[in-house]
Amino acid sequence: MFPHTRRTRIVAATAIASLIGLTAACSSSGDGGSGSTDPEVISGDITVLTWRTDLVEDGTFDGYKAAFEKAYPDVTVEFEGITDYEGEVRTRMNTKEYGDVLGIPNTVTPAQLPDFFEPLGKVDELEKTYRFLRDKTYDGLSYGIPVVGNTQGIVYNKTVWKEAGITEVPTTSEEFLADLALVKATGSIPLYTNYKDGWPLTQWESHRGSISADPEYQNKMTVSDAPWAEGTDHFVIDSLLWDSVNQGYTEADPTSTNWEESKALLATGDISAMALGSWAISQMQQAATDAGQDASIIGYMPFPHQTDGQFYASVGGDYNQAINVNSTHKAAARAWIDWFNTESGFAEAQGGLSPLKDGPTPSTLVDFETLGVEYVAQNPGVEGEESLLNDIDNEAEIGLFAPEYRQRLVDSARGATDETKEQIFDDLNARWAAARASIG
Amino acid sequence: MTFASKSPRPSGPAGRPAVAGRPNAAGPAASPAADAVPAPGPTARSAPLHSPPSSRARRRRGTWGWAGTPYLFLAVPILLLVLFTYIPVGNMFWYSLTSWDGLDKTKEFVGIDNYVAVFTRPELFKVFFVSLYYLGGSFVQMVLALYFATILSFSTRFRNVFKGILFFPYLINGVAIGLIFTYFFKAGGTLDTILHLVNADALIQQWTGNPDIVNFSLAGASVWRYMGLNFVLFLGAIQSIPGQIYEAAELDGANRWHQFRYIIAPSIKPIIGLSFILAVSGSLAVFEIPFIMTGGANGSMTFVIKTVDMAFQFSKVGLASAMAVVLLAIVLLLTWLQRTIIPDEKVNLT
Repeated sequence: MFPHTRRTRIVAATAIASLIGLTAACSSSGDGGSGSTDPEVISGDITVLTWRTDLVEDGTFDGYKAAFEKAYPDVTVEFEGITDYEGEVRTRMNTKEYGDVLGIPNTVTPAQLPDFFEPLGKVDELEKTYRFLRDKTYDGLSYGIPVVGNTQGIVYNKTVWKEAGITEVPTTSEEFLADLALVKATGSIPLYTNYKDGWPLTQWESHRGSISADPEYQNKMTVSDAPWAEGTDHFVIDSLLWDSVNQGYTEADPTSTNWEESKALLATGDISAMALGSWAISQMQQAATDAGQDASIIGYMPFPHQTDGQFYASVGGDYNQAINVNSTHKAAARAWIDWFNTESGFAEAQGGLSPLKDGPTPSTLVDFETLGVEYVAQNPGVEGEESLLNDIDNEAEIGLFAPEYRQRLVDSARGATDETKEQIFDDLNARWAAARASIG
Repeated sequence: MTFASKSPRPSGPAGRPAVAGRPNAAGPAASPAADAVPAPGPTARSAPLHSPPSSRARRRRGTWGWAGTPYLFLAVPILLLVLFTYIPVGNMFWYSLTSWDGLDKTKEFVGIDNYVAVFTRPELFKVFFVSLYYLGGSFVQMVLALYFATILSFSTRFRNVFKGILFFPYLINGVAIGLIFTYFFKAGGTLDTILHLVNADALIQQWTGNPDIVNFSLAGASVWRYMGLNFVLFLGAIQSIPGQIYEAAELDGANRWHQFRYIIAPSIKPIIGLSFILAVSGSLAVFEIPFIMTGGANGSMTFVIKTVDMAFQFSKVGLASAMAVVLLAIVLLLTWLQRTIIPDEKVNLT
């Protein structure tokens, strides 16, 4: 639900280097897994495809490997870090060789899940243990379990906002824009779009559902001919982005932004805020520490909107780990997924929400706890129509999670094109309605 | 002209195999370089591919070797070519007749629907307008290349150093060039710093941020990259002009301009024609530089970026394949037109 491909961009060369290292470490293959869940019985070599090339590099995954292989002595696990995860894995899924365990690429529609992945069980059963599962279910069966849950908000530099004289977290778009004006007076870039890298702009999309506080918001989009009509979540979210850019609160030349640099700039206060998922908080805290600041200067606020005096923030799973339907070691693969989610401590280490139902609240979200933010998770479509939202989006070529759609808004807002905000919304509504009609 | 050890015809190795060996539109400039680089002068032109038929006949009658040997050697490159070019192109053509999303197990046949879509949706064709910037850039590039090639074909001091410097950018990987120019053009980047140093702050622009400038900036990076290739092609052709002709011209009182106008320009006409074709097809298929530097944002979208987006952003592999086939057809058509309108004249200086 919240894609963030290439959040950690590592050059391809290092990924290749690690791959070579992994191949060299390959041992001879054991025999196939049986149906048993007994750690003594499960055996085999499994390959885990991962998008976290940074964690493969820095040895974090080696630690997981050692701990897992201790618990399951007959299983050998290898990692394959992939830099262009979405593109490469999708292409590889046309063959049978896409690892034993992998994160489900975001472009796989729910209806395609049974073709490529092994069902992990009935979603109702699994939900006794896990949460954020609904996104990767089809026909009542669950195909993936998220490694971590994310919520959405705006990460900001507390020192800068304090210097600007802001004491209260903004509760409306107007207040937020007024605050950005105060921040601008201090000389900091109030809001950074990361337009050039593109994918950070897609983070704005993840706020959908948190404005209306409606778990059915996505499903309502599939029956609406005007998801950008005044008052909808998309209208509120995109208007805030448009107005921030239009009133000059974002970087002067958005085409020359740089994601890695932006983290350091937020830490030093040259940038005051960015709209990003909760996964970004720990990275920003790290950047603050690297810049000689205290990690506590990094704050996190919900989208500036309240329903009945209450903040809401959408939540959903990160990448979901799933089992390749062609795998010959499914029991071992399953053991890895369960172990990773329950024993590894990955979610805590990443400062994200645990995929476990009764998991602890991470320390990174202490700001949300203080504000009493309520979480909203989106319900999947009715059985058999889980793919509808994706299908309409692709048919309309809008790309709700594609950078182009919001780059167009930014370009219009900064006067680089002649379009007005209303014209863009009208066009989006028209394309959505036409796509809905053609998919029928 | 008595010591005619050097061949008088300059249209040889650098030009012809480049066209024949160019496998597809996506890599417009790759193979000409491979042919051009090792052929700086006429001595390197003992190309076996061009051996006249008589030599083959002689070999068949020869004592060693079997008649099939050349085919055996040919089999390897042909196999690779079929495997990595013709089969994928065939697949692409098949995908273009389906509504495949790149992942589905079944590929639904939809006939020419995708082609109808390509030709009836103006927003897909509109992006070809951006190619005009690159086409304009490639003319600048050819003029510059011709200028440098002419100067360096005369005995200039340090000419080999200059040749190296001019050709060097072409050897750099396209992605690296994209990154270099990203830093060059960024706000407060290299270009802005230089302008500041020479007190020309008034000229500082948002080089990629301003929608009126972005395509000029990108085309400029493209010129910088490919000028070396044009330069080498021209230089190779110019150097294959026998020195005696210049000598004779000098005796007749011709100055440098006359030599260019009446000796060099007519001799390298075929190469100019080739460069023209490469320029047109190259500017229609621009990809790397804008993709790395702007991702097609801010009005710098090109047809190939649009195709990639269609396939991988919106999962419409069928439509994207149709777009790729159409691009291939356009390039073939232009090549054919050029060769019909400007036929290959035999150059004869003697």
